[in-house]
Amino acid sequence: MREAVFYGAGFPYAPVKELPGRLIVLEGTDGVGRSTQIQMLGEWIQAEGFGVLDTELAGSGLTKPGLDKAKAGNTLGRLTMSLFYATDFADRLENQIIPALKGGFHVLSDRYFYSIIARNVVRGADPVWSRKMYGFALKPDIIFYLKANVETLMTRVVGRGFDYWESGMDIGLADNRYDSFCIYQSRLIEQFDQMADEFGFITIDANRSEQEVFADIKKHVQSMTDGD
Amino acid sequence: MLRTSDYKGKLIIVEGIDGSGKSTQIALLYKWLRSLGKSVYFSEWNSSKLVKSTTRLGKKGRILTPTTFSLIHATDFADRWENHIHPLLKAGAIMLVDRYAFTAFARDVSRGVDPQWVRNLYSFAPQPDIAFYFRVPLDTSVERILSSRAKIKYYESGKDLGLSDDKVVSFRLFQQRISDEYENMVSEFGFTVIDGSLPIHAQQQQVRNIAQELIREWQGLPALHANSIPSGTAGGEQP
Repeated sequence: MREAVFYGAGFPYAPVKELPGRLIVLEGTDGVGRSTQIQMLGEWIQAEGFGVLDTELAGSGLTKPGLDKAKAGNTLGRLTMSLFYATDFADRLENQIIPALKGGFHVLSDRYFYSIIARNVVRGADPVWSRKMYGFALKPDIIFYLKANVETLMTRVVGRGFDYWESGMDIGLADNRYDSFCIYQSRLIEQFDQMADEFGFITIDANRSEQEVFADIKKHVQSMTDGD
Repeated sequence: MLRTSDYKGKLIIVEGIDGSGKSTQIALLYKWLRSLGKSVYFSEWNSSKLVKSTTRLGKKGRILTPTTFSLIHATDFADRWENHIHPLLKAGAIMLVDRYAFTAFARDVSRGVDPQWVRNLYSFAPQPDIAFYFRVPLDTSVERILSSRAKIKYYESGKDLGLSDDKVVSFRLFQQRISDEYENMVSEFGFTVIDGSLPIHAQQQQVRNIAQELIREWQGLPALHANSIPSGTAGGEQP
């Protein structure tokens, strides 16, 4: 058993004490290979005999329809977007992540609130405001930051095309998606780099092959769960 | 106090528990300012079209926790702030706002969220030029609500807190908590307190006198000629 620790006040009306499961977070920019790694990690953890729950950003039943609709329009302001994503995050934390951890599952989170902060701040939000908003967030057991340079991201993104939001087209950084993608992703990387020390990320060089990256991640998870 | 601001426009807000009469008062204030030829607009709590379907989903399914309840209302407010209230204040209009950040501070803290956490959520909102707080005895407001409304809704009654199985008892207990929170904020945020048990007309006279002081010798955005004002435009409708 381990004690639940929060970044701020947590959920004062519903105190959480002990959580037998482990919260494992994979962070990093678009096209860094997070979903592939999550999938491999999930397979491996289950093979080891542990239950696994996957969760990802903007996946909550409460906010998904509304957020998808809002993103399709042109009126979603940066403050509104920040708070909408926080709503999604809180809903998943209280209704999926914490219950699963209580039940002894390992939770694999594809991104956590760090990505949301990075996106908010790149769009001009106050970094302190954005951080304090997540005072209810549970501290993960381990946070991997998959770091790759923009050239590597490009090779992965080019096949599926340049998404409007992944290119940060809403900010008006450039008049085309390619240039905008490069600028936007570089700025996100800067934000992640700044957060690495602050939040204790384990930085993994994601310019390498999937297998090499996975071997690294596996090694860290193994040493964490050795005591279980 | 919230952050200070220096907009060309003026921001006047009303607060109070359910049944305190604040919406009646702000509607009358609106009529008066219009009759003076001012450029005046109105925004109401929980009315963002962008967020509406999500709030409805959460309330209908009763899946909102105190934290998500708080966040979704902050999202609603942020949308109205960014797309409506803020640009109009910059343009020099008078914005009348029915419920402001203080509603969240009172309600969400009554539901058990951390007071500092919810204050941070709304820290982008400026301190209003006037924050009217309508103070009424609990018996008066509960009586007004019970006699005028067919049904008190689940979250409105604070049923999610499990204070009582009886909806009316729960509503009363919840309103008491909210009222206590408001009272604690009177000095923290410099509320202008109006006695909500006075006759409507007497309250309105006080409200207008105070508003008059604010706009004395103030040059805001000139209003459109009265008969060219479109009615029922998005977000700009009458209270």
